[in-house]
Amino acid sequence: MASAIFFLDLKGKTLLARNYRGDIPMSAVEKFPILLSEAEEESSAVPPCFSHEGINYLYIRHNNLYLLALTKRNTNAAEILLFLHKIVEVFTEYFKALEEESIRDNFVIIYELLDEMMDFGYPQTTESKILQEYITQESHKLEIQARPPIAVTNAVSWRSEGIRYRKNEVFLDVIESLNLLVSANGNVLRSEILGAIKMKCYLSGMPELRLGLNDKVMFETTGRTTRGKAIEMEDVKFHQCVRLSRFENDRTISFIPPDGEFELMSYRLNTQVKPLIWVECVVESHSGSRIEYMLKARAQFKRRSTANNVEIIVPVPDDADTPRFRTNVGSVHYAPEKSAIVWKIKQFGGGKEFLMRAELGLPSVRGDDEHGGGMTGGFGGSMGGVGAPGKGAKRPIQVKFEIPYFTTSGIQVRYLKITEPKLQYPSLPWVRYITQSGDIAVRLPDAV
Amino acid sequence: MSAINRIRGAFAPPRKGETFELRAGLVSQYAYERKEAIQKTIMAMTLGKDVSALFPDVLKNIATSDLDQKKLVYLYLMNYAKSHPDLCILAVNTFVQDSEDPNPLIRALAIRTMGCIRVDKMIDYMEEPLRKTLRDESPYVRKTAAICVAKLFDLNPTMCIENGFLETLQDMIGDPNPMVVANSVQALSEIHETAPETRALVLTPATLKKLLMALNECTEWGRVTILTTLAEYTAHDVKESEHICERVAPQFQHVNPSVVLAAVKVVFTHMKALNPKTVGAYLKKMAPPLVTLIASAPEVQYVALRNIDLLLQANPDILSKELRVFFCKYNDPPYVKLQKLEIMVRIANDKNFDQLLSELKEYALEVDMDFVRRAVKAIGQVAIKIEAASEKCVNALLDLISTKVNYVVQEVIVVIKDILRKYPGYEGVIPTLCKYIDELDEPNARGALIWIVGEYAEKINNADEILEGFVEGFLEEFTQTQLQILTAVVKLFLKKPSNTQGLVQKVLQQATADNDNPDIRDRAYIYWRLLSGDLDVAKSIILSQKPAITTTVTSLPPVLLEQLLSELSTLASVYHKPPESFVGKGRFGADEIQRAAIQEQRQNAAENPIAASVAAAAKGGQQNNVENLLDIDFDGGAPASAEHGGGVGTPDRFGSPANVGGLPGTPPQPSGGMADIMGLFDAPPPMPSASAATSPAAAGGMGDMMSSFAGMDLSGTSAPPPPGQQLGHPTSQTPPKSGGGSEDLLGLF
Repeated sequence: MASAIFFLDLKGKTLLARNYRGDIPMSAVEKFPILLSEAEEESSAVPPCFSHEGINYLYIRHNNLYLLALTKRNTNAAEILLFLHKIVEVFTEYFKALEEESIRDNFVIIYELLDEMMDFGYPQTTESKILQEYITQESHKLEIQARPPIAVTNAVSWRSEGIRYRKNEVFLDVIESLNLLVSANGNVLRSEILGAIKMKCYLSGMPELRLGLNDKVMFETTGRTTRGKAIEMEDVKFHQCVRLSRFENDRTISFIPPDGEFELMSYRLNTQVKPLIWVECVVESHSGSRIEYMLKARAQFKRRSTANNVEIIVPVPDDADTPRFRTNVGSVHYAPEKSAIVWKIKQFGGGKEFLMRAELGLPSVRGDDEHGGGMTGGFGGSMGGVGAPGKGAKRPIQVKFEIPYFTTSGIQVRYLKITEPKLQYPSLPWVRYITQSGDIAVRLPDAV
Repeated sequence: MSAINRIRGAFAPPRKGETFELRAGLVSQYAYERKEAIQKTIMAMTLGKDVSALFPDVLKNIATSDLDQKKLVYLYLMNYAKSHPDLCILAVNTFVQDSEDPNPLIRALAIRTMGCIRVDKMIDYMEEPLRKTLRDESPYVRKTAAICVAKLFDLNPTMCIENGFLETLQDMIGDPNPMVVANSVQALSEIHETAPETRALVLTPATLKKLLMALNECTEWGRVTILTTLAEYTAHDVKESEHICERVAPQFQHVNPSVVLAAVKVVFTHMKALNPKTVGAYLKKMAPPLVTLIASAPEVQYVALRNIDLLLQANPDILSKELRVFFCKYNDPPYVKLQKLEIMVRIANDKNFDQLLSELKEYALEVDMDFVRRAVKAIGQVAIKIEAASEKCVNALLDLISTKVNYVVQEVIVVIKDILRKYPGYEGVIPTLCKYIDELDEPNARGALIWIVGEYAEKINNADEILEGFVEGFLEEFTQTQLQILTAVVKLFLKKPSNTQGLVQKVLQQATADNDNPDIRDRAYIYWRLLSGDLDVAKSIILSQKPAITTTVTSLPPVLLEQLLSELSTLASVYHKPPESFVGKGRFGADEIQRAAIQEQRQNAAENPIAASVAAAAKGGQQNNVENLLDIDFDGGAPASAEHGGGVGTPDRFGSPANVGGLPGTPPQPSGGMADIMGLFDAPPPMPSASAATSPAAAGGMGDMMSSFAGMDLSGTSAPPPPGQQLGHPTSQTPPKSGGGSEDLLGLF
């Protein structure tokens, strides 16, 4: 429950506010920037919610905005913080980007949306597709007044009735992203596959869909023998259209889909995976005036597959200069704004191995630092205070890529059954698979 | 809203400028001009300008068929109704009409807005529209009306009860529409919370069935509401608990993390009645969804991590295989990183400590000072928690100390001091530590080193020289360091009496004659007296064997933990404090804040000349706005707040520990020292009963001098999340005043 929601600029000035309950003085918001900066002085870790004089402040930051909720009760913090994120999501769909400008330009519709999304501090409808059906910027041009879509309060609150398509099609994208943390000596510390099945659904009426995967647990519960590989998903999360109790009973994924694009489900696998693109790095520093990086990258997947748009981003000291590169494939450039060198390879075939050498100059004054030019092992050395997100952190090498027609987990869509009892139309499901790099971090070794 | 603007508005006649233009627009004969003017008015309102003077003119535009315009006028009304309570009555007609409009959107809008116009006059007219809309054919209108009952109850409980709205809401739990059910439950639960005597939301097996039915069809937020209610339900028998868990567990798969957390809360609460095997199964089932929460937005992650921390304190094994999930990403926000460290230490066991340790060493080389310190501290906690890990930890710490980074060195010394308290065998590291004596500038680190020197005085050749140096600057030290110097010198004297008599005399002299801190003086006198008597007695007291510490990981007292587990996902579970401690009392109490909110609006109104004149005319000066103007001070309710604070005796959140404990004449800071002189806090708070029992008995009144470290622990190492635990510590000396405090205490021992 939130008593009021505020949109603030980074200085803490209110751009727009909605008072839902009238039970706290709105002037409490004036304390927010003060409290925030006081807390920041105290410690680098300022939590997203805190309490002051009986008022609780819960906030998130998005672009150049703070979204802040105030409450005086012991409210559900997860719910409110998520609701703030949901506001960002919905507003972004409405205004393309949510930032200071878009708040100023759209205040009328923002008030309307805030009214619809929350009542007396309780979240209501946050499904942007449904909101768009009855809250539009052009509603006054319509002859007939907007009415609340039945879907708002329906048990099927995500799909309106009476949708018609000439050609009934469904596109399924199975997208897996790989998160990896690799230590400087090449050990995989943590690996995780985060998968998502995204749908583009162009179907008429109220279709019933059933999705079959090669889910190991499902095979086991139904006692079916497996042909081929089955995968074991650690945790599965479903779009609200999926009947959770049915999944619980017999692992059937059945649902009436929303119209258009949405994410049907996401899953997580903890299986140990080897890095698809293996990166080894040696750093050599020469008496503090020059630093050299030797990189080896190897594609550890089947020869038939190809990784596209591979990018290997190696952090370097932020005052490095005069870069020189040598490589047998792709292109390398120095990105001083990120304090990194970026090695780009358009296509990286399975089983191939490539090398790159980079050499950068360092300002000569740093010679007194005994930690190899202070770039890796040092404290407060040149690695710190660089770049916005990694500020103050020791930055790892990052690897980015995309491998089409390939999933790391081996997940497969076995079938997608579509039935619309009233209309009985033929329909076509299309399936694509793709693996992407998620958060792949290889820790940079100390310089030798 | 700048005050200057408002004051300027009060003195300048609104005959020209923006307000004048807006007014002209609002009364224009052309519809589009009026609409534009309304939009501009709202714009000005958004920018914080006070446009309440336009109230009568905006109001004229309320009867319109343009939905957008209607929404804007309603919005304006909500904002400024308080400043023109008497003019609101002019809008009533439109509201009542709108609540019967053929378009459900307008009916809902009318009833929603009526509830938000918090003016007595409006309330009187709400009865009929509310009754009708509660039985509206459109579920959209019904769900809006359901919330409106809560709004009405907030404004006028009597009217709400007399009109039977509560009963209507209770019937609506059986509504065929899930969203109406959710909102009715939400409204009832709020009413129940504010006024338990209404018994607004009492679940019966029949309503339970309805809720479980609605659960699967609700929107995500509706599910959170229903799940929260289910968590508070007391099941009648095991079968019912079983049933609830069975029906709720599928919600672990919901994509919204707050639904998952709410479901975890329900299952965690209700599974207690089940047999251990089923409990085990549910705990196992809970783990993967909890881990997935770590992939959500950082703010939500933080809430999840704080909750996981609680769950781990109750069931330490649920995530023991998931250590890697909590490894910090380099771009995690600092608050997430620190929390992950806490959890990793909790999960650490003799199978995974190698992994954890190499990760911690990595973190200790980062640049964020708080994070590095916490990582160093974590290494020490692992060493003390897992004996098998201790050697590797000590080596890691020695590696770290050789980096010579000032704050790392200091933290390492504090940590090693604790390690020595458990494993005195690692005394070999002491010479290394002593090398850094000049680097230490924090009282904690200085105190730690001095304690080590005193404790191992017989094995350190130049102990007397080291301590002499500290005695030199005795008067400039912080209190806690002074206490350590005092104790260390006395220990040194008892161990090596030959040439240290001068030193001990000097320090006792300084501590008693030149020092005005009662803690230090008292302790010095006690030592002095002991030393002037039989030295063997003094030895047996001061140098006696101390029980080894068992852990330096802070845990919450069981009673508080139990309470917080029933509050999962709420702010209390994030702060790790009982709700009473931050849901303000007295001056910052809920009622007081609400009063301030109303006061703020009145004040705005009072500064507005038109409003003032209208109000004055209407009320004949009976509720004088001038008075309001003078009564700007929100703390005006001093008597009221005094009554709250004193009468109930609830510990003020902002009170220092000394104030809570009520030790007369003790300055706040050293009160920990006073407490520890009694030897009660020989160990960190979560003392297992076995060793806790020995401490008061064996140590008695003198316990402290034997291990004066406890005092430091209080203020330093184990500094817990402040109020919740602060309550526990210092109050122990005096009869605890508040219920919460005494419970904490019980939990402590």
